[in-house]
Amino acid sequence: MLFGITLLVFLLNAVALGDPARAAMGQRADPAALERLRRDYALDRPLAVQYATWIGRLARGDLGTSFREQRPVTEVIAERLPATVRLALAATLVAVVLGVAAGTLAAVRPGSVLDHALMGAAVLGISTPVFWLGMMLALVFAVTLGWLPVSGYGGGSLAHLVLPALTLGALHTGTVARMTRASLLEVVRQDYVQTARAKGLPERVVLGKHALRNALIPVVTVIGIGLADLLVGAPLTETVFAWPGLGRLLVAAVGQRDLPVVMGAVLVFALVYVVGNLLVDLAYLLIDPRTRRAAA
Amino acid sequence: MPRPDALGHRGLLAGAALFVVFAAASLGAPWLAPHDPLGLAAGAGATLERPSAAHPFGTDALGRDLLSRVLWGGRVSLAVGIGVEALTALFGCAVGLVAGWYGGAVDAVLMRVTDVVMAFPSLVLAIGLIAVFERPGLDKVVLVLVALGWTTIARVVRGAVLALRTRDHVQAARALGASNLAIMTRHLLPNALGPLLVAATLGVGGNMVAEAGLSFLGLGAQSPTISWGALLADGQSFLASAPWVAVFPGAALLLAVLAVNLLGDGLRDVLDPRFRA
Repeated sequence: MLFGITLLVFLLNAVALGDPARAAMGQRADPAALERLRRDYALDRPLAVQYATWIGRLARGDLGTSFREQRPVTEVIAERLPATVRLALAATLVAVVLGVAAGTLAAVRPGSVLDHALMGAAVLGISTPVFWLGMMLALVFAVTLGWLPVSGYGGGSLAHLVLPALTLGALHTGTVARMTRASLLEVVRQDYVQTARAKGLPERVVLGKHALRNALIPVVTVIGIGLADLLVGAPLTETVFAWPGLGRLLVAAVGQRDLPVVMGAVLVFALVYVVGNLLVDLAYLLIDPRTRRAAA
Repeated sequence: MPRPDALGHRGLLAGAALFVVFAAASLGAPWLAPHDPLGLAAGAGATLERPSAAHPFGTDALGRDLLSRVLWGGRVSLAVGIGVEALTALFGCAVGLVAGWYGGAVDAVLMRVTDVVMAFPSLVLAIGLIAVFERPGLDKVVLVLVALGWTTIARVVRGAVLALRTRDHVQAARALGASNLAIMTRHLLPNALGPLLVAATLGVGGNMVAEAGLSFLGLGAQSPTISWGALLADGQSFLASAPWVAVFPGAALLLAVLAVNLLGDGLRDVLDPRFRA
């Protein structure tokens, strides 16, 4: 899998139309400097050699030098990664808390007005383009009401995090809410829930303790799948809110045709994605004791 | 649970109606638009004018009528959404049919490629792919979205083929000496159309959002081409002083995507009752 990913990322840039060295250094670049750049990146050699050179550097944690900034790509990425991770975690938190709450509330009385309203909101959240939602939230809460800052990182202040996290988490919140509701309604029909009710337990305990816990298993899957949405939304959300993360770095690098940075950023995104899915698999072990026994 | 029929499905009807409105508005843009979407001369208002009777959606930073621009932008957004999906479906079908029918090593290789393409968060890879081209543009967006979008359809079709390949009518066709191509196109594909249609419809919405996203980032439609995403990029710059520039194109995009999603979800309910939530 990782081989495929690296090959794809490499090929994507290798077929770059035009001359990346010239694109990076401009039309009037010094010929000697151009030559040196080409040699350093093996740009004048066959593709297989270029790939081998690149993967060899990659194995040593060397993603090359940014054409633009003349600094190691790893350094540039490392600076931006924490902001994106922080945003993604906050967005996940938003999605899980709001999504599970909305899904549970909707499932308490299926078919009720509340159910329809919540599920309607969920569909709306899924269909709203992230960046537009971000702009509208900024318009309402920052420009009009002035409660929160319009954009920026604010040195990591919590107020600056709220709108981007809500924006990035929205799509995900809708999915989680729908899944929680569907899963809860499924679980509520099971015998042990009937038993819990027959014992005379209050409905709050039946739902909260007995049903919800089991209903959450498929929800974890959705959270894993939703990770992809978070990564997709990151470049857009970060652009809307001028958030200094990896997504904005990627967009800027594409605009400047800074190929080493583009390759590095895409690769890191893919890596985060793969690792994220692995973590979701591990989360199953925590939630569902049956898989724990099966694994042992 | 009784099988819901298409006419009794509210979501499906609402989605279809909304979609027809958008399709009509896009097709009719040349006649419906009150002003020239690019025109700075005739009928142009003041820059960043508030919504009014003359300009129901207001005007943009160059005094262009926003309603006209949203109507024309819809043509591009819908055309890209549907066009990309048509190409995607064509390619995805071919891969899915071949993988599902031939099985074995062919299947293994094709599915491996599918897995790798799917392993990427698609928009991130799309952004990376755009970097390959010297200058961005709508044609590149189409190319990139097709290159990344075929995997879903391929999986859906392959799954359907796997379920169908041992059926009697397929076996009979084979026993009668039908060619592989004939079996795939005449006996397998028609029976896989249901799930294909659902996936393709939902895909149209995804394409529209992706195109808008790329254009918003400045990596898609370039001026003077109008698309909702490009309009939103303008809107972002004037969010504080002229919010209508961002509100209207985004609302159009949201409603269009909502229409397509409702349509897709409804089709799924009608065509395959098992998926009913």
